[in-house]
Amino acid sequence: MQAFITLDAVAAALPIANIDTDKLVPGRFLKGVTRAGLGRILLHPLRFDADDQPRADFVLNQSPWDRAGVLIALDNFGCGSSREHAPWALLDFGIRCVIAPSFADIFRNNCLKNGILPLVLPEADCLAVMDLARDPATARFSVSLSDQTVTAGGRVWPFGIGAADKTKLLEGQDEIDAALARLPEIKRFEARIGYAAPHLGGV
Amino acid sequence: MSPPRTLLSKIYDRHQVADLGGGDMLMYVDFHLVHEVTSPQAFEGLRQRGVGVHAPAQTLTVADHNVPTLNRAAGVLDPESRAQIEQLQINAAEFGLPWIPLDSVDQGIVHVVGPEQGLTLPGTTIVCGDSHTATHGAFGALAFGIGTTEVEHVLATQTLVQKRAKSMLVQVEGALGRGMTAKDLILAIIGRIGANGATSYIIEYAGQAIRDLDMAGRMTVCNMSIEAGARAGLIAPDETTFAYLKGRRHAPQGAAFDAAVADWRTLASDPRATYDAVVRIDAGAIEPMVTWGSSPEAVISIGGRTPNLSVVADAGQRAQIEQMLAYMGLSPNQPLDGLPVDTVFIGSCTNGRLEDLRAAADIARGRHVAERVRALVVPGSGHVKAAAEAEGLDRVFIDAGFEWRDAGCSMCLGMNPDRLAPGERCASTSNRNFEGRQGPGGRTHLVSPSMAAAAAVAGRLVDVRSFG
Repeated sequence: MQAFITLDAVAAALPIANIDTDKLVPGRFLKGVTRAGLGRILLHPLRFDADDQPRADFVLNQSPWDRAGVLIALDNFGCGSSREHAPWALLDFGIRCVIAPSFADIFRNNCLKNGILPLVLPEADCLAVMDLARDPATARFSVSLSDQTVTAGGRVWPFGIGAADKTKLLEGQDEIDAALARLPEIKRFEARIGYAAPHLGGV
Repeated sequence: MSPPRTLLSKIYDRHQVADLGGGDMLMYVDFHLVHEVTSPQAFEGLRQRGVGVHAPAQTLTVADHNVPTLNRAAGVLDPESRAQIEQLQINAAEFGLPWIPLDSVDQGIVHVVGPEQGLTLPGTTIVCGDSHTATHGAFGALAFGIGTTEVEHVLATQTLVQKRAKSMLVQVEGALGRGMTAKDLILAIIGRIGANGATSYIIEYAGQAIRDLDMAGRMTVCNMSIEAGARAGLIAPDETTFAYLKGRRHAPQGAAFDAAVADWRTLASDPRATYDAVVRIDAGAIEPMVTWGSSPEAVISIGGRTPNLSVVADAGQRAQIEQMLAYMGLSPNQPLDGLPVDTVFIGSCTNGRLEDLRAAADIARGRHVAERVRALVVPGSGHVKAAAEAEGLDRVFIDAGFEWRDAGCSMCLGMNPDRLAPGERCASTSNRNFEGRQGPGGRTHLVSPSMAAAAAVAGRLVDVRSFG
């Protein structure tokens, strides 16, 4: 996983609450067997019309936001399904940080596994940074995870994040490698299990 | 004496392999359900690492999202869907995992298959790359959806890195009224606490109305926990749970079952255990529920009206309501009773079990689907289908003009050919009314199975209590 330390990128405002994973990546685009190429269909229902043509009035179809690296939205971003295709699509589009007042749990978790920073700011601050993002002159944001700050339009917003999540992002840790190193401990745990657990032995 | 613990704490305590610091623990996963959509990249990751699956006998693979529900014998016609399903079968064979073929009576939606096979056991941890894994919490199992990176983590190590979630008690006092269902209850709960009201929490459902539910109803309730933002929902196991599990194919048998029941009885939250949040719901006040918008929290009783914008003070909230009403083709302050529907979908991991089909058949029996309405009944598994046919429910539905299909996720998420056309309005027993969820431009009204059947017969949304 790519580490997240700092990000200097154009921010795009998407002032919508409850942006669900079906909006980020509709079900009919989930039929692939790789992670690649999903940026093309990110936010498909908002970005494209019924004939699959880009909607000129949608922010990610306009310069400079067609190269956005930061997305700002409202409450409950990423609600819905567990599809990791949603963060994969953001990443493939070039978005490494989403700012919102709140995130759905599974989506937030999936972001952390992909080097995307789910950055929580109070709603009033989200609305304030959206105003800056709407003006091309102030749309370039600086995000520092080590300092826990967003800088835009000459102002600085501090943000909070759990210590464990921060370390994971800063170091780009691979949790699977770390857990594989604990296999002896896992096997000792398995030998001690005293409750009834499902087993498909002999299938 | 040790401090009182919740059911959730007890399950966490049983499954902690290691304390990783910073609030993280390495949590053991007892059972892993794997379907075709969220797993191919995880298996590819294993290949790149050169590692196998740590516990194949605790892993079950079955295709459900993409499978056709019509003419199963003809195979999967859509080439992408076929490739994804074939890839799952290839992965299962390569990594030595149990696989349920498409033509097996065991095939079905993962969250219907696990419980009916006796694989969903109280006090265990269950994961799947699917947010409706919350369903299994009906048995007092800690069950939640994970992303594909985590699917790979579980395949490789049978563990996950977890923080202990906050606990929320939803106490449902009193009894549901006549004809009210688990679906009405959970929709009312979501309406009360909101689509992100339980984010970062795990819900425990308790109270008389929950105790009164059969296992199918409890699964319906837990299934939609994620629609309130909770990764998981839990119900303490009791006699209803034990009776359901006894004799199931993979459940403990004989003396082992009795020993397991003795252990399961210790799982319920201790009397003085405390929760981070408590919500109280009056079951007796719940009426048949129907969603009007494109978020499950946008829900009212069938006798209600869409929001009256003049009383919504917050501009942002007003804009959101206006947007949802426009998408749904509705006006402010509009009654839903009487709204014509084009399609009715009865099925899904929320309401695709035998009890759900019986409830729908009770309304359909001796009546007929309205003209121009397309009505689908999609059993949750091959066993549900067989059991329904043994009771003659297939004849009830077919005689009434419903289509009787094969098992799968179907029109819940429009990955297979069962989809809404743009602008089509659907009364659906599924779990999400998101824009485009059932097909681009489709308009979804979430309801119970009996309300869906009533809508099919009437050709419009209607109060099921008006059907004698």
